[in-house]
Amino acid sequence: MTATTTRERLGALASTPLVWGLVAIVVLLAINSLRDPGYLGVELAASGRLTGNPIDILRTAAPLLMIALGMTLVVATGGIDLSVGSAMVIGGAVSMEMLQAGDGSVGSAMAALGVALLITAVLGAINGVLVAFVGLQPFITTLVTMLAGRGLAKVITEGQNTSASNEAFRWIANGTVLGAPVVFLIALAILVVVVVLVRTTALGMLIESIGIDPKASRMAGVDRRSLLVAVYVISGVLGGVAGVFATGSVMTVDVSNTGLLLELDAILAVVVGGTALTGGRFSLAGAAIGALLIATLDKTVVFLGVSSAATPAFKAVVIVALCLLQSATIRERLSRVRLRAPRREVTA
Amino acid sequence: MEPRPPIVEMRGITIEFPGVKALDGVDLRLLPGEVHTLMGENGAGKSTLIKALTGVYRFQEGELIVAGEPVRLDGTASAQAAGISTVYQEVNLCENLSIGENVMLGQEPRTRLGIDWRRLHARASEALEALGLGDLDTRQSLSTLSLAVQQLVAISRAIVANAKVLILDEPTSSLDANEVARLFAVMRDLRDRGVAILFVSHFLEQVYEISDRLTVLRNGRHQGEFAIDEIDRSALISLMIGKDADTLDAIAQKREAAPREVDAEPLLRARGIARRGAIVPTDLELHAGEVLGFAGLLGSGRTELARLLYGADRLDAGTIELHGRPVALTSPAAALRHRIVFSSENRRDEGIIRDLTVRENVVLAVQAKRGWLRRIATSQQRTLVDDCIARFDVRPAQPERRIGTLSGGNQQKVLLGRWLATDPEIVILDEPTRGIDVGAKADIQAAVLELASRGVAVIFISSELDEVVRLSDRIVVLKDHAVIATLENGPDVTSETIVARIADADTQEEAA
Repeated sequence: MTATTTRERLGALASTPLVWGLVAIVVLLAINSLRDPGYLGVELAASGRLTGNPIDILRTAAPLLMIALGMTLVVATGGIDLSVGSAMVIGGAVSMEMLQAGDGSVGSAMAALGVALLITAVLGAINGVLVAFVGLQPFITTLVTMLAGRGLAKVITEGQNTSASNEAFRWIANGTVLGAPVVFLIALAILVVVVVLVRTTALGMLIESIGIDPKASRMAGVDRRSLLVAVYVISGVLGGVAGVFATGSVMTVDVSNTGLLLELDAILAVVVGGTALTGGRFSLAGAAIGALLIATLDKTVVFLGVSSAATPAFKAVVIVALCLLQSATIRERLSRVRLRAPRREVTA
Repeated sequence: MEPRPPIVEMRGITIEFPGVKALDGVDLRLLPGEVHTLMGENGAGKSTLIKALTGVYRFQEGELIVAGEPVRLDGTASAQAAGISTVYQEVNLCENLSIGENVMLGQEPRTRLGIDWRRLHARASEALEALGLGDLDTRQSLSTLSLAVQQLVAISRAIVANAKVLILDEPTSSLDANEVARLFAVMRDLRDRGVAILFVSHFLEQVYEISDRLTVLRNGRHQGEFAIDEIDRSALISLMIGKDADTLDAIAQKREAAPREVDAEPLLRARGIARRGAIVPTDLELHAGEVLGFAGLLGSGRTELARLLYGADRLDAGTIELHGRPVALTSPAAALRHRIVFSSENRRDEGIIRDLTVRENVVLAVQAKRGWLRRIATSQQRTLVDDCIARFDVRPAQPERRIGTLSGGNQQKVLLGRWLATDPEIVILDEPTRGIDVGAKADIQAAVLELASRGVAVIFISSELDEVVRLSDRIVVLKDHAVIATLENGPDVTSETIVARIADADTQEEAA
């Protein structure tokens, strides 16, 4: 193998956005390990579950991963869904109210989940209809449902932070299978389901088509409206699922804080994953990596003891650096700088 | 009119874009107190020339002389400073501002405390009054005005700016007859005050009504400058489309096949279909297995009529029947379900999905028709795209390449492949051969004839009349948003006779 092909391969790899997300995760974990060599350690607790930082990261990444998937599809159509955080709190509020009224059985857990998903699907459908049929801007539409959604959650719980108990629920949110957090396994399963849904049907291609060029897609007979409704419904439902599991871990819905500002993290995850906010080509795997990165970042910030006042700035610096690395223009400039330097690495 | 030195003189203007010479040594002179019309078909270089004059584009060669002084424009602001004002087809005003603010935009009278609103509205009123719009309340929002009046407001800006040159780029395309008359009155008034007006329109009738002088462009080349009474309509059209009588005679090689047996019942029948500003009520019949040509200049309504048949634009009036049954073609998706396809002349904006691959672009319409749930199997997608690549010799023959990276001609071939993959009954091709090389042209023409021989009805639209005459069984001739004739193709039908028809209709209207 010659040096050039290796170099070409590296170049091709470097132009894949999700690679940079992975690199960033590795770098963050390495920094943490330098600080504490035992950082990546995972222990088997007496209860048979694994504990440790990596497990924590997976657990906290799970809800974000779910909403980032829905966000990816919405962003691919050229839209945005600011209401996913509110879908989360509605999902949490509905399920906690249902569980509180229920008998603690698996059946009542299923019912709670079902009703929560139904209601968040309606929320998504409202977004979709307003965007697709009324022609409102996605930003405005979902900003309104974001505000209204949290209000609705407060109405559902009558302003209380409703708590409930249900063993099945608690297990899903906090339990482990073979040591891995159930909630993360479910997030992975949802990833697989969504990937299968969009790539074994034509949904993915048609979404990309309307995201790249709505006018030309219309001329090709693509039904933009029903696709838009579909992606907003998917995003709403995934928000509901995320909300149910996020509240399930403490078995309490905090109507003021559950899912608050999480839509912004989801958007970051999407962008870090290599999906442009202008719509078009999208990467679900990239969004999943992005969600993991953001969870890792949050954990790192706490671990490194960055003062809470500076946390957002620290996060911003990492994300901006990552976005710059993903930019083809910037990479080209950097490689030009490298080329001017003596080319010793060829022999290396 | 006493000869006065030109206010603007462009000499030997050449503009090259990567791979295309948009303008090749073009001359243009604008005389004060004259309406000068720029004529040419699509892609002739009219807009490029205007953009060179307004400082949007730099020219690589040539010189621009304004009022006797050589000028270098480095942006639209410097063109305006030189007294060159432009009103585009799409009015570029701020709808959310008041009429007065729009008129005075960039020229606001100021006091030390900011804009002097009273003087602003007073001066705006003055300028509007000069155009016979004294009755407008300048404090009203611009959006309360009709498009035609907005256009006049845009022109009043030129008066405020004290423009010596006014460029009107297709100002009449969306106006009705009364509105055009009002605009022309304003233009004559400005002209009489010594303003040099550069006018672009696709309506021959209007051109002959308002112009003092013409410059004709074709394929980025200067074809000549004429006083309006020096050139008649036939000569002008021939010059625009690039065929004189001799060469027209030479190309007699038309479709030789005997006229097909045409079913008594047409496949498609349109009755009185119309759309405001696009096409007047029109009847049309289309038979299975025939090639129906649409001939007419750009803006004649040829594209507009085709778009109505595909549901790309909505009908204001009229009905369409397929197989004798009325159908509602409310969207392209609906037309596709009825096995009608339409290949737009606007390949870039209404054809390709640039970031999708060649394969995805080919299967898109078929997939859209089937719905998202029933994905076309990968193997079948391969078959479709391989067929398309082989049939039209698409290069490079790489199904997974982004279509945006292909040349225009190859994009066109892929799009044809997309439409044919849907197994259509009616194929509407708007300028399918524009901007592509001779070989590809022949391929596409052959494909048209082959489709017809299989019983598909084809509507073929092209600026190249030869092509229309060569392929069509019948030819619908359009002019100024109306069908003026439907010709059975035969030995006596040539590009020349069609040109004569178009020019003829002009004279008839004039007589009327």
